[in-house]
Amino acid sequence: MNNLVLIASVLCVMALAYQVGLTRSRALAQGPRRLHSRPGYYGVLVALWCGLPALGLLLLWSLLGPQLVEQLVIRQLPPEVLALGEREFATFMRRAAALAAGNRVSSGGSEAELAAAAHLARLDSLGRLILVAAMAVVAVAGLVHARGRVSPSLRARNQVERVIMVALAMSSAVAILTTVGIVLSMLGEALNFFRFVSPLDFFLGTTWNPRFSTSGTDSQGEFGLLPLLWGTLMVSGIALLVAIPVGLMTAIYMAEYAPPWLRNVAKPVIEVLAGIPTIVYGFFALIVIGPFLSDLGDLIGISIRTTSALTAGLVMGIMIIPFVSSLSDDIITQVPKALRDGALGLGATKSETIRQVVLPAALPGIVGAFLLAASRAIGETMIVVLAAGNNPVLHGNPFEAVSTITVTIVNQLTGDMDFASPQSLVAFALGLTLFVITLGLNVIALLVVRKYRQQYE
Amino acid sequence: MNMATKAAIETPTPLGAGNSRTSKASERIKMRARQVKVHYGDTEALHGIDLDIHENEVVAFIGPSGCGKSTFLRCLNRMNDTIPGCRVEGRVQLDESDIYDPSLDVVLLRAQVGIVFQKPNPFPKSIYENIAYGPRLHGLARRRSELDDIVEGSLRRAGLWEEVKDRLDQPGTGLSGGQQQRLCIARTIAVSPEVILMDEPCSALDPIATAKVEQLIDELSDSYTIVMVTHNMQQAARVADRTAFFHMGDLVEVDTTDQIFTNPSDQRTHDYITGRFG
Repeated sequence: MNNLVLIASVLCVMALAYQVGLTRSRALAQGPRRLHSRPGYYGVLVALWCGLPALGLLLLWSLLGPQLVEQLVIRQLPPEVLALGEREFATFMRRAAALAAGNRVSSGGSEAELAAAAHLARLDSLGRLILVAAMAVVAVAGLVHARGRVSPSLRARNQVERVIMVALAMSSAVAILTTVGIVLSMLGEALNFFRFVSPLDFFLGTTWNPRFSTSGTDSQGEFGLLPLLWGTLMVSGIALLVAIPVGLMTAIYMAEYAPPWLRNVAKPVIEVLAGIPTIVYGFFALIVIGPFLSDLGDLIGISIRTTSALTAGLVMGIMIIPFVSSLSDDIITQVPKALRDGALGLGATKSETIRQVVLPAALPGIVGAFLLAASRAIGETMIVVLAAGNNPVLHGNPFEAVSTITVTIVNQLTGDMDFASPQSLVAFALGLTLFVITLGLNVIALLVVRKYRQQYE
Repeated sequence: MNMATKAAIETPTPLGAGNSRTSKASERIKMRARQVKVHYGDTEALHGIDLDIHENEVVAFIGPSGCGKSTFLRCLNRMNDTIPGCRVEGRVQLDESDIYDPSLDVVLLRAQVGIVFQKPNPFPKSIYENIAYGPRLHGLARRRSELDDIVEGSLRRAGLWEEVKDRLDQPGTGLSGGQQQRLCIARTIAVSPEVILMDEPCSALDPIATAKVEQLIDELSDSYTIVMVTHNMQQAARVADRTAFFHMGDLVEVDTTDQIFTNPSDQRTHDYITGRFG
């Protein structure tokens, strides 16, 4: 029986338990005392008592079972297998597991492997048998216990409420724990990297030239972050220069001037921009915008490379317009009408009202929108991979090719990798840097919003 | 104006002893409304209102909710223009000029006919900037010192100067509700309007703040024409020279406040002021 079937049967039993609870409480309701909760709540409570412990057992087994079985198998292995080297032993266990699962392995498998596989399979099926039996016992016990507890004074409604609260809290914990997990894993690998390269050289180095990992660690390259950081800031800066004015003016038009029918059509169309896959933007930049800018440069006598910070920044700016416009639009619309009326009633024109009253009142939210767009721009990858030219050199010319942190992470982690070399590990240090930058932006956004809120409320 | 309409609109008579205040109203007609109809989409909210408002007079509009009194008030400085789907017919004059004339600049009209709203709505700026906003818009002050004078003068007239003179740079939104409403009145005065419209200016205030605003209205009627909407009949009786009773989009009757509250000529007015409905 696989887990899916098990879960399905537990759900079936829970449905049954619900009926039991419902019938029981209905029967009680005929008596002289009124029930505390409606019968449905007693049903749910009995179903939860019946199903949750069983599902918990299943989860526990899924987490711990395989390791337990493996330990038991290892204990029974002949001494010559235990004497194998680390790598050979891991291969042995993998082949045994494959055999146990009924797959064939190359050269048929040795006698020891076959024995181990048989043992593994036996323990595995035994374990599952015990699991199913335990789940059944727990489910029935829970059902009987909960059915016994059903009485007019049982506050089933409040107890179900508490279970729901716990479920909601656990869901939010998933997101938080994931973030913590990602940070910890990046931190660990980044610390590994810093055993090869000193943090000073990484954060303050002006040359990026990592060489290849195959040439060994002695011919180590230079891992200077600054050219990449500068490239990232330049491309994002250009993107924001495009997106902020266009996005903000779009938002003002949509919120204040556009007739409702136009707003209803135009808003979703603008938001489509955010839904276009970034790789599509990337080749749009590479094939259309890049050559166009290059020709334009020839026309006015500036040398603009086809793949440059300008090309990538321009297209990225277009991509993040909806982030600015859509959020700002919502925020501008939320400014109370009373404030607008106040300014209009004093004889301000519409644009005076917007510039001097509505926008200042909406500013914290608008700044939040800008910073969100900025972190989006800094983390953007595909457009820069294709259109920025991948040239990790420190220079200040936006018409030249640059490279960014994200592009470099892609470069360092594609192809043959050895996760013990600084050439791959540097990706984690770069990722961590990127994370800290966006985190910093978000914190600043939060502080700005809070400061203005204190002033305006 | 033909005689029939003239008869329909009571001319103000000197106020009797029932009203504690003395009227400063002159004979001169400041604003004149003729056959004003307002449509919101397909529904007609006002069915043709005729009303004269005299200079330096305090006129109160009373009536049950949804009777059109606020809608009519907002016609007087074209604030209804900001409501989508709202259409105004008829004629409204300010000093003999039609305010719905297409060639008229609505921005200048609103500087002449200011409005104070039901809920205090100070801008999210400092107290000083709240008052200075209007004068800056209309270029009323050439130097900073002139602007300072306008701000101080307006706050003094609104009876707020003593309470805020030490914290002009603090946000106007930090004041109490009553102070905020007086700040909004000061903001309106700062652009030196001729008429001040007030849309239930005290409905969000406590009795003490209400008393202060009422006293302020009385003082302001020296120099301004004031039209106010109120739900509070005692308030109308206390501050208004004349009171107009609106019902279901019609102006039922308008007369001296004394007359309306002691001897209304229409049964509906009588029912409303005695609490039969509304």
